[in-house]
Amino acid sequence: MLEFRQQYTFYGIVLYVASTIFVLYLAMGQPEDQVWNGLFWMIQLFVCVNAVAKSFLQESRGRLLYFYSIAGARDFILSKLLFNALLMALLSLVGWILFSLLLGNPVANGLRFMGVAIFGGLGLSLVFTFLSAIAARAQQNAALMAILGFPLIIPQLLLMMKLANTAFSQVILDSLSQIVLLLAGLDILVIALAIILFPFLWKD
Amino acid sequence: MRLSWWKILCILLLLVISIAGFLGGVPAKPILNETIRNLYYHVPMWFGMMIFFIVSVVNSVKYLRSGKMKFDTLAVEYANTGILFGILGLTTGMIWANYTWGKPWSNDPKQIGAAIAILIYFAYLVLRNSMIDMDKRARIGAVYNIFAFAMLFPTIWIIPRLVESLHPGGMGNPALNTNDIDSRMRMLFWPVAVPAWTLLGVWITTLRVRLRLIEEKKLNHA
Repeated sequence: MLEFRQQYTFYGIVLYVASTIFVLYLAMGQPEDQVWNGLFWMIQLFVCVNAVAKSFLQESRGRLLYFYSIAGARDFILSKLLFNALLMALLSLVGWILFSLLLGNPVANGLRFMGVAIFGGLGLSLVFTFLSAIAARAQQNAALMAILGFPLIIPQLLLMMKLANTAFSQVILDSLSQIVLLLAGLDILVIALAIILFPFLWKD
Repeated sequence: MRLSWWKILCILLLLVISIAGFLGGVPAKPILNETIRNLYYHVPMWFGMMIFFIVSVVNSVKYLRSGKMKFDTLAVEYANTGILFGILGLTTGMIWANYTWGKPWSNDPKQIGAAIAILIYFAYLVLRNSMIDMDKRARIGAVYNIFAFAMLFPTIWIIPRLVESLHPGGMGNPALNTNDIDSRMRMLFWPVAVPAWTLLGVWITTLRVRLRLIEEKKLNHA
């Protein structure tokens, strides 16, 4: 994949995370819990758009053709999804560590928050991988990604914030397991749809 | 001018709902008062929007399976009508909310859901217009339409049942609960209001599809 061949892109993304959070720290200092949570998920979203968009938008035509000749469409999209999910899980961790270093750590239940962050990163990466495949077919336009993706991701992001909020205090949310199930179901749905629909994008 | 039976039915139902909707008996409720009549106009918009988006997705699936341009045209025009109904539903809802909840927008989960739905379908139109090649546009548009539909509808069907809402019927089934609607109004709502507006939407769509087919024919002959 692209990131193994060109390692500087991976370090570039990590640097992107670091510098964004640093700018945030300069601008906000150490904000309150709610703001902290909101900022964290916004950063997650933008990191995801930047990291995952590369997976299709920056592959050259010739290389896509090469992949086309050595692998089937399904294997290709599955490997992309898997790789981006791992990448995003890693970046979620990096993001969280930097957030707690610079912006303070209001999280009471660290393990739970880490789980939610990685789970959320996973969901984001799956959706945006598929959208980047669509956007790449349409004139390689990176701005299109945001237009296509943001409205789709809002409900998921809101649920994620709700989940993450539970890690800040000992408050128990009744519908917690329902939300987790719903999000996991959505992730499975995205994978299934990607497998079914990607061959149509892959043609020609 | 000959009209097929469902168009005549549509006109008749619309006349009935316009007259009976304003003159018929309604229960007197505090806060709601006479604004309850908006039920005949606001709620059917959402039924219409959902129906048209579902039809649009079905046509997208058909397009991907068969590759006939006809289905693509149908998909995009039903999406257009769905957007129109969504905007009308949002507007009527905001006017209603202004009188009952005190302000037009109060970040109610259903308001957010409706706004997201409209944004997604605008994105669908933008995506289609970003491509020039007809086949590619149709195929990628169809893929996005299916994907977006599958992502959107679980969330706008399930989330409002999980969180609190200002809308009635928040707990349980919000739209189809038979207990929270007066029997007089139910007589008008189900057999008249919902089919009337839905038929009007279908009519608009068929006109637009015909217009588009004529345009295409003209382009082919030019």
